[in-house]
Amino acid sequence: MKKYTFSEKKDTRSGFGAGLIEAGRKNENIVALCADLTGSLKMDAFAKEFPARFIQVGIAEANMMGIAAGLTIGGKIPFTGTFANFSTGRVYDQIRQSIAYSDKNVKICASHAGLTLGEDGATHQILEDIGLMKMLPGMTVINPCDFNQTKAATLAIAEHHGPVYLRFGRPAVPNFTPADQKFEIGKAVMLNEGTDVTIIATGHLVWKAIEAGEQLEAMGISAEIINIHTIKPIDEKAILDSLKKTGCVVTAEEHNRIGGLGDAVAQVLALHFPSPQEYVAVNDSFGESGTPEQLMKKYGLEASNIVEAVQKVMARKRVLA
Amino acid sequence: MTEISTLNDFAVQVRRDIVRMVHAVQSGHPGGSLGCTEFATVLYNDILKHNPKEWDMDGKEQDLFFLSNGHISPLWYSVLARTGYFPITELATFRKLNSRLQGHPTTHEGLPGVRISSGSLGQGLSAGIGAALSKKLNNDDHLVFVLMGDGELQEGQVWEAAMFAAGNKVDNLIATIDVNGQQIDGSTNDVLNMGDLKAKWEAFGWQVLSMKGNDLEEVRATLLKAKTQTGLGKPILILMETIMGHGVDFMMAGHKWHGIAPNDEQLVDALKQNQSTLGDY
Repeated sequence: MKKYTFSEKKDTRSGFGAGLIEAGRKNENIVALCADLTGSLKMDAFAKEFPARFIQVGIAEANMMGIAAGLTIGGKIPFTGTFANFSTGRVYDQIRQSIAYSDKNVKICASHAGLTLGEDGATHQILEDIGLMKMLPGMTVINPCDFNQTKAATLAIAEHHGPVYLRFGRPAVPNFTPADQKFEIGKAVMLNEGTDVTIIATGHLVWKAIEAGEQLEAMGISAEIINIHTIKPIDEKAILDSLKKTGCVVTAEEHNRIGGLGDAVAQVLALHFPSPQEYVAVNDSFGESGTPEQLMKKYGLEASNIVEAVQKVMARKRVLA
Repeated sequence: MTEISTLNDFAVQVRRDIVRMVHAVQSGHPGGSLGCTEFATVLYNDILKHNPKEWDMDGKEQDLFFLSNGHISPLWYSVLARTGYFPITELATFRKLNSRLQGHPTTHEGLPGVRISSGSLGQGLSAGIGAALSKKLNNDDHLVFVLMGDGELQEGQVWEAAMFAAGNKVDNLIATIDVNGQQIDGSTNDVLNMGDLKAKWEAFGWQVLSMKGNDLEEVRATLLKAKTQTGLGKPILILMETIMGHGVDFMMAGHKWHGIAPNDEQLVDALKQNQSTLGDY
């Protein structure tokens, strides 16, 4: 098992903030909009350095999406910022009609996704956003795993023409990917080559997949670990190449098991290479108040859950064999 | 400025287009389309600084128009075609398979003149504000025009946008509301009484004008006046009173003709009331 280390834990939302200001310095057409959550989204530095290109819309997310769509007319590249639930479910029709169907170059940047928002509870912990966004034709959906990757993703989407949903979160998590990484939209990242099982993870679950891989190695199981940061368009080749080698897969995500990464992988496999699969995801429920650690444990999103799922899926593979 | 008689000929031909398009596919929205015919005629012929032949999405150094109440697409398509955005023969494809003239306007099929999809109501003003901000950032002193329906004001997003535009002094924006007092289920007063619209928009911080929307001269004079009031720190709103179905007598009572098509006999009657001026498509 390849060794991964990190010098510090950092929040992915700060990676977004760092990427946004760098993108803003590179391209004066980049503008940012926020619905009264500038500090939470780490957009303050951009707002301070580029006050004319920062638009505070107040608590009016529907209007924010419409203004962002309009700003593209004239060549601006708008980045909207608010929590993931207000970035998706609350404004789905605005995104659908004014952005996705209109093919507008808007970057919908969403923080505090999933359970790790913590104590605010289920009203704010969206677990359906990946599904909602990946169903929109033409929408790119990205869920990076740490600070460095979120910063790289932010810079990459600034260069990409078309609507993008960029999902990140609140808690500090191990910052282990290279600071100078090249972020390729739609290209999976191979973290560890293995032969017995494939673990495909996204977002905060990527580090937990690495932890699981170490535990599995101690148990004599060789896990191939893939970081899928782009859920749409998904890297079919990476998935199929790996499954042809290992024959079974565990998907891991901080999202409802319905509609997320797991379903995207299952669709690829069902069409091209049917294989046993287990999901590590929230089991079709809402979250609740608690610390991020307590919630990840209660809802089954720990490294230990990945290990259990691997054992289960490998047993199914043997039965089939 | 165009002669009023010439504008009237244009408007009459547009009415023929509207009823013929809707009749041909037995679907679409003739009522609001006919009611706003004078407005669109004046806007596209005498008010907008635009370049139909070299249309592009960004529309820099041009005035822009956004139709928020996208269901009156027959009107918009006719006016776009007859001011040179695309061939008038294409009007025959309205609402048909593989057409650029979708039931509600969209950018998806690449139709010149359309810059955003509309039809799901309440979203056009926000888009217009965004385009107006884009013009300010680009130091482009051209204007953005938006048309909304009155029933559409029941959507909350309109008021989010209204608050934003005034609060941020978006003064390169002229929004017009088609106050025909009708919506699908009945009169706006019966469905949801919206009270004093002038007082509401003024309270939100807009400069409010009003006009009779079926009078070409008054529409032109008011739009010209509105232009003189841009750049003064306030967005401009025009309350435009119209009659739904204007110009076709049997469509001019109530909300009935919001979204139904004339039959063959009714088409003949409507066309008799609007004799061809510029030639049919």
